[in-house]
Amino acid sequence: MQLDSRAPTGPIEQRWNEARFKSKLVNPANRRKYKVIVVGSGLAGGAAAATFGELGYNVSCFCYQDSPRRAHSIAAQGGINAAKNYQNDGDSVYRLFYDTVKGGDFRARESNVYRLAELSVNIIDQCVAQGVPFAREYSGLLGNRSFGGAQVARTFYARGQTGQQLLLGAYQSLSKQIEQRTVKMHPRTEMLDLIVVDGVARGIVTRDLVTGKVSAHTADVVVLCSGGYGNVFYLSTNAKGCNTTATWRSHRRGAYFANPCFTQIHPTCIPQSGDYQSKLTLMSESLRNDGRVWVPKNLADLQRDPKNIPEADRDYYLERQYPSFGNLVPRDIASRRAKEMCDLGKGVGPEVAGVRRGVYLDFGDAVKRLGRDAVAERYDNLFQMYERITGENPYEVPMRMYPAIHYTMGGLWVDYNLMSTITGLFVGGEANFSDHGANRLGASALMQGLADGYFVLPVTVSNYLAGVKPGGVDESHPDVRRTVGEVEARIQRLMSIRGKRTPESFHRELGTLMWDYCGMARTEAGLKFALAKIPELKAEFYGNLSIVGSGEEYNIMLEKAGRTADFFELAELTCRDALDREESAGGHFREEHQTEEGEAQRNDDAFSYVAAWEFTGESLAPKLNKEPLSFEYVHPSQRSYK
Amino acid sequence: MARSMNLVLNVWRQKNAKDQGRFVRYDAKAINDHMSFLEMLDVVNEDLAHKGEEPIAFDHDCREGICGSCGMVINGVPHGPAKSTTACQLHMRLFKDGDEITIEPWRAGAFPVVRDLVVDRSALDRIIQAGGYVSVRAGAAPEANSLPVPKLDSDQAFDAATCIGCGACVASCPNASAALFTAAKISHLALLPQGGPERTDRVRKMVAQMDAEGFGHCSSHKECEAVCPKDISISFIAKMNRELITAMSVAPNEIKSRSKG
Repeated sequence: MQLDSRAPTGPIEQRWNEARFKSKLVNPANRRKYKVIVVGSGLAGGAAAATFGELGYNVSCFCYQDSPRRAHSIAAQGGINAAKNYQNDGDSVYRLFYDTVKGGDFRARESNVYRLAELSVNIIDQCVAQGVPFAREYSGLLGNRSFGGAQVARTFYARGQTGQQLLLGAYQSLSKQIEQRTVKMHPRTEMLDLIVVDGVARGIVTRDLVTGKVSAHTADVVVLCSGGYGNVFYLSTNAKGCNTTATWRSHRRGAYFANPCFTQIHPTCIPQSGDYQSKLTLMSESLRNDGRVWVPKNLADLQRDPKNIPEADRDYYLERQYPSFGNLVPRDIASRRAKEMCDLGKGVGPEVAGVRRGVYLDFGDAVKRLGRDAVAERYDNLFQMYERITGENPYEVPMRMYPAIHYTMGGLWVDYNLMSTITGLFVGGEANFSDHGANRLGASALMQGLADGYFVLPVTVSNYLAGVKPGGVDESHPDVRRTVGEVEARIQRLMSIRGKRTPESFHRELGTLMWDYCGMARTEAGLKFALAKIPELKAEFYGNLSIVGSGEEYNIMLEKAGRTADFFELAELTCRDALDREESAGGHFREEHQTEEGEAQRNDDAFSYVAAWEFTGESLAPKLNKEPLSFEYVHPSQRSYK
Repeated sequence: MARSMNLVLNVWRQKNAKDQGRFVRYDAKAINDHMSFLEMLDVVNEDLAHKGEEPIAFDHDCREGICGSCGMVINGVPHGPAKSTTACQLHMRLFKDGDEITIEPWRAGAFPVVRDLVVDRSALDRIIQAGGYVSVRAGAAPEANSLPVPKLDSDQAFDAATCIGCGACVASCPNASAALFTAAKISHLALLPQGGPERTDRVRKMVAQMDAEGFGHCSSHKECEAVCPKDISISFIAKMNRELITAMSVAPNEIKSRSKG
């Protein structure tokens, strides 16, 4: 299949405006005849469902949580970027566009990124009007901060809870539409398959997580906003329930999966404390503004109380290696250097599986320089959170940090209209691959989720619906009944294995394998090893899985088993993509491809494309389709932080 | 250094909403004091699964104290003994070897048990649906800085807006009142100029919905404030009451518009 990005041409500033004008419209009186399914209720899904409701469509929204207010967007701490230039520091839509293309290491589509930057300003207006309590100055006007090394202060924030406040804004708008009956909400309901009739997405199959009932829901269009797949690594900063099932099952039905190997590591997370660890907790990147990263120089000091290790015996390795950027080097560099130190046996903290994985982030100097009160004003909430989890007080003892998987840039391939390779299946937010290229900048995830949900999807989905006749497929359609039957058979298969190992233990083992061989640094040999190992583990899963209880009730083991089964397949594709991409770009670091300075070495001649993988059948090799990327405005360059 | 401890758990087990439910005793062995409370339950659950017994169901998701999914009564206190802390952020170092811990679901008529420690909190969603929003369509918003908001008002609104909707306030209240939850949203929007136009209708509708869901009245026990993981102040309940009294003295928007029309 020829991939058509449908990206407009012409001056980049006019592309979205023109696309909007060319979009077909649905007569307001006819809108309620169209059924729209939205899967997920985070920033993208919640905003999209609310907006479709406002427009008058007949919307059904699904989430696995007990309430749409709990989607994982809620956990975002830092902020949301917008090119408002309220600080008069030289920001503009063009600069935000430029920074995002460059930050993505030249692996994103320019047209999409420009639209994102353009819409960023509308998002802030919308959220403020909803009553989102962004930080304000004493003038009563909105405050901004510089985030993640940006040279302009364009980040809007709401204490350390920006995601929560933005999500509650979307949730409240959604609640209004639920009350007005334009949206029907289905909480505690998980999408298990996509219904495709004659090549067109016509609905989903779900399982009611309380009763276990499997049902079909038909519609005129399906919109997936089901988040990222970071939990393929088991330990990540994602919520426990985040999973790939909605996107993976759609992939198996014909939606291409793009750039799965573009995964992002966050450098400052609280290290794992034992083999029972269930997730990792992120600590805001802002900590690196004042904290100094170090490890002991002497192996003999690893278990020594850090306070008693003299200055001369500490290796402030980031300051040593990057004199001009020091502790503020970009996320991926900070992450890889920490891994290197721990691989060299210089890590600190508890030993897990034979290795100490942690480096110190020390505020001793900051307290001396600024005073304890000033440090408290900036970081006290983070310090409290850290102490609650570790039992250690960062004013007294250096924090311990280690990188963790945080965000996935890859996702289902979409064209400029956010439509996948299946007609009638749209994908928004982290679930799609579209705007961040190989690396996402800080405070850009919230921006993309809301841009897709409030502003892009309402236009492009309407344009799609204007071209189709509503209805025509219901629960009795043979393709619908067949898909329901396949889902029931899959559940039956998992339930009837009756082996000895829990889904949790399989997921954990898969995650460790992925983290070790497809994590922060990847090699050909390591990826090949993982690609041999994953099918073995998957075979054991289907031979030795144990689930207690039945499928016709609330069954947490069954939920977990279904998600783990899909993670196995995605893990394989991720390793394959990482192996195939013989370059380093953004979050994808292949040890074979680095500069002399240890920096990611892109290969623009060979890899300036989106890798869109096509499912070809059970245990058949997926087919690689390429969408070439061209850069008319921002010219690819090599970054240097030395 | 990590400590290891053995505990005895008394956990509420209830197969579904119709089942009567009962406490079941479990041994939790070799629990590391660095574990979170939910990780301790994960370990117990893996153990149960190995024995062919059904694991204990509990709601949880972000495990960072912000999504509001988790919630259980631990030794009689919603979210357990640590102040300003959700169950997922509670750590085992607060317990000691040999402790006996009782774990129950939220208990309130408006929160029927779904299974074990999982309850149905959709009543809280319906209170928000009754009016906990500003009616602004996507695209209809004015330029953000065209409406300055005094920092103090904005900060106070924020203090109310931090509610995570976990329901601990209801679980702690002898009347099973949802006053703190409802008041937090009413106050958040009443303190901001954006919430002004719908202010009177909002408080009437949300309070009416709160009553219709079967939540009890507030009689100032202050238990809610004590257990709230986000430290939401009961002064917001007083604010809600003032808002309601003010709203009762003016005609609802719908009546006004009808009489004009």
